[in-house]
Amino acid sequence: MGGWIGKLLRVNLATGEIKKEPLNMKAANDYVGARGLGTKYFCDEVDPNVDPLGPDNKLIFMTGPLTATAASCSGRYEVVAKAPLTGTIGAANSGGHFGPELKYAGYDGIIFENQSEKPVYLFIHNDIVELRDAEELWGKTVYETTDMLNETCGASFRVACIGPTGERGCLYSGVMNDKHRAAGRGGLGAVMGSKKLKAVVVRGTGSVTVVRPEPFMDAMADARAKLKAHPVSGAGLAALGTEVLVNVINESGALPLRNWRDGAVFDKADDTSGERLADTYLVKNKGCFGCSIACGRVTRVPDGPFASFGEGPEYEAGWSFGADCGVNDLAAICKANFLCNEYGMDPITLGATIACAMELFEMGAIPEEDIGFPLRFGDAHAVVNLTEAVGKGEGFGEILALGSYRLAEKYGHPELSMSVKKQEMPAYDGRAIQGMALEYATSNRGGCHVRGYLTSPEILGVPLKTDPLETEGKPALLKLFQDLTALVDSLGLCLFTTFGIGLPELSAQYREAIGSDETDEEILLKGERCWNLEKRFNIAAGVEKDTLPPRLLREKLPSGPAKGKVAELYEMLEEYYTLRGWDKEGVPTADKLEQLSI
Amino acid sequence: MFFAGKGTMSKQLIIKPEKCVGCRTCELVCSFGHTEQFNPCLSAVTVMDYEQAAVSIPIMCLQCDEAPCLKVCPVGAISRNENGAVVMNAQKCIVCKMCQNACPLGNISYSPITRKVFKCDLCDGDPKCAKFCPWGAIEYVEPQEDLDRKKAVAESFKEVFGEGA
Repeated sequence: MGGWIGKLLRVNLATGEIKKEPLNMKAANDYVGARGLGTKYFCDEVDPNVDPLGPDNKLIFMTGPLTATAASCSGRYEVVAKAPLTGTIGAANSGGHFGPELKYAGYDGIIFENQSEKPVYLFIHNDIVELRDAEELWGKTVYETTDMLNETCGASFRVACIGPTGERGCLYSGVMNDKHRAAGRGGLGAVMGSKKLKAVVVRGTGSVTVVRPEPFMDAMADARAKLKAHPVSGAGLAALGTEVLVNVINESGALPLRNWRDGAVFDKADDTSGERLADTYLVKNKGCFGCSIACGRVTRVPDGPFASFGEGPEYEAGWSFGADCGVNDLAAICKANFLCNEYGMDPITLGATIACAMELFEMGAIPEEDIGFPLRFGDAHAVVNLTEAVGKGEGFGEILALGSYRLAEKYGHPELSMSVKKQEMPAYDGRAIQGMALEYATSNRGGCHVRGYLTSPEILGVPLKTDPLETEGKPALLKLFQDLTALVDSLGLCLFTTFGIGLPELSAQYREAIGSDETDEEILLKGERCWNLEKRFNIAAGVEKDTLPPRLLREKLPSGPAKGKVAELYEMLEEYYTLRGWDKEGVPTADKLEQLSI
Repeated sequence: MFFAGKGTMSKQLIIKPEKCVGCRTCELVCSFGHTEQFNPCLSAVTVMDYEQAAVSIPIMCLQCDEAPCLKVCPVGAISRNENGAVVMNAQKCIVCKMCQNACPLGNISYSPITRKVFKCDLCDGDPKCAKFCPWGAIEYVEPQEDLDRKKAVAESFKEVFGEGA
């Protein structure tokens, strides 16, 4: 069976029953794998109105048909559940080596049902699958948990786990694997924690095959050659990591400053750039499984108050703890980022929540006694201390653990949460990049850049340059990017491959792996099917309509290339719905769902 | 290239750990090239990862000139081919694993799944690990080219001790 093992694990955490069941091949063909297939299983089995942290929410780990093959960047798996932060479908993918190991062990995915009474972890060594007591691991950090499990089970085992924040139900805790890699957004770690599932440990010695080996090798080699030849995927990301974007985005006037309050040009941005990181704390670059891009950063802050060692930061974390908090101390940013990995938190939401608290404090909406000290923009020590406080669940950290929306609502200013559907937007100002404004508003998991990354054409000119200040043509471009991204995520590949390759190369590898003769367009349609299924779930779950924080719609950017601009969302939204075949309220029509066989 | 005679000055695999990012592409193309399966356990090259030291090192057979595996094989299943690769004849091999024990570098592998011993055979003179390594951490080069490393070391001496240093 090309690309697939053909087997799933179904684990009932309440009864302890573990079943091995055949993969639903019809669903796999219709929804490709990983994100699409995990979502299909989820939507078939779970009521959209389920309590995300209740026993009826399911937690699905799903690989794609290219996961664990030699296709470049094939290390990814998707975690799917209803997301507690947003109430939307939650789907987050992660690299590292965990996903491929699960496949080598003989399973395409795992469906966790119900909740355990006491902490457990799932042990998988090929055919041996068992739930084990995790009492000793409960309360431990991601690093401690991983080390302890490698000690107990063996160094060759791969570990996905939650940190203490997932145990406590922090609404933006992630599922972490290989210590530093995260299925980070939406709070899927809290879902895992609600199930008292501390970790999944896996070692596999089996194989993954493809239907047409030689053509697959050719398609894979072609894609790899193109990725190497492209300046972004072949050179820029390896040399400078995703932080390469800091100066680029800042020069475009799109780096949101101080909770997006003070425009989007940061005069100290270069202090937090990829170039600066390479000159200071970068030890080496690192790749996930099968990766030919290697954007990963291994970094060490050798001394000073923020001395630390770990991986990252990525551009978004560099921004959330940096410009968004008005901070230009790279050592502090590194330290806060490592703390997020250690405690299992999404640094985008956390940094943005601290930034929101800073604005609320400065305007007098949060009393100092609630925080314990005056929390002002630019305070690098406060950023690190509060990150640790959320990690440990101490003091004001307990309130910050709710995310910026619930924080701002508690203090009477929900409009100052820079979030969409309660999830914080990342490091690209939609007022300066109109395509990103539409992306944030329409993303199926709330404020998010990796559902349709229009920064690529708008700023980087990949694959073609568009004018970021114009709205024309953006709805069609975004629809294409969203559908293609759903396909990439579903294949089990990293989104960064799309800097260097497109639909033809992705489709070619998919066809040879599973033995399909579908056209590129038929394969892309599967991405659109995934998108519509997600949207339908969100509507049934009662998720709020597609919009943006009022600040983006009303407050003009004060400076930079986009001076005077607001996000022109409503110039784009209706056309976007029309192109999607949805009605004026953004609801997929019966015709559209029928056309996609949903 | 004065001595590029057959078998005497074969190309060799060179590893450069400082360039390795730990992606394990070499493991995948090795196993696939030999078995048409993606399976790191069936790869003759393995990447060792040292987290705290922040280094990853691909390890594979370097085709010893005085190969203990070849000498110790009781049934003559191991020989050297025209590319200079020490190769195994699966027909003759009785899977006694003497070669595995004799190799001082641990570069002979045994798979409990296929129940075979296997090692790097340089892919008939076109080793896929080197071909597909995205970073040049594994290279297949003429032996002379290794002088590059000596040169690099010499360069740093030059910088320390040379005129105007």
